[in-house]
Amino acid sequence: MAIRVKFFASLREQLPHAVESVEADGLETIADVWARATERREMPDHVLCSVNLEHRSANDPIADGDEVAFFPPVTGG
Amino acid sequence: MTVRVRDVAFDPHAEEREHAATLAPGAFGATATFVGTMRDVNEGDGVTTMTLEHYPGMTERELERILAEARERWELIDALIVHRVGEILPGEPIVLTAVWSAHRAAAFDACRFLMEALKSRAPFWKKETLTDGSTRWVEGNTPG
Repeated sequence: MAIRVKFFASLREQLPHAVESVEADGLETIADVWARATERREMPDHVLCSVNLEHRSANDPIADGDEVAFFPPVTGG
Repeated sequence: MTVRVRDVAFDPHAEEREHAATLAPGAFGATATFVGTMRDVNEGDGVTTMTLEHYPGMTERELERILAEARERWELIDALIVHRVGEILPGEPIVLTAVWSAHRAAAFDACRFLMEALKSRAPFWKKETLTDGSTRWVEGNTPG
């Protein structure tokens, strides 16, 4: 298994080389997933995160098989 | 309680009418609707088109969670959210929130709640194309 990683909107454009999947070994939090997927780029302050389609915070835990997403503040409606 | 994400133009009044036709006649005394429409100007610049990106799967889940919260807070008979994605032109509807209840207070209040919760939580992102051909992501929501 691995962790699927998604980036959306302006964040995806800013991170064209970010990977879509990372190995889960040694990763404990969402912030760890960010570090592995972006080659340790600093996470911008405004970035929002989700795990398995639910809003989460960067320090929340992750598990093998999760889908983790990173995105800028939402602007729908 | 219904959520629809549309990738083509929709008629919000037809959506509301069709949904109301599925409810028991005489069951509701109040209907509140909000329609958000694309404008041709933003922050002083002319806008020719807008592209709405979303997170398929999470969008529907988050909108369903928002509807469930509204149902916990108010006595509702039913509610509907329709949201557009893809390329949108000025004048086209972006979002419809509709609420049916026995009396007006729940309908008004829940309809406002649905819009504010959607704007702060549902994973949609707007990218504008301006009249000079340049593009830019919308950075934040306007105050209510």
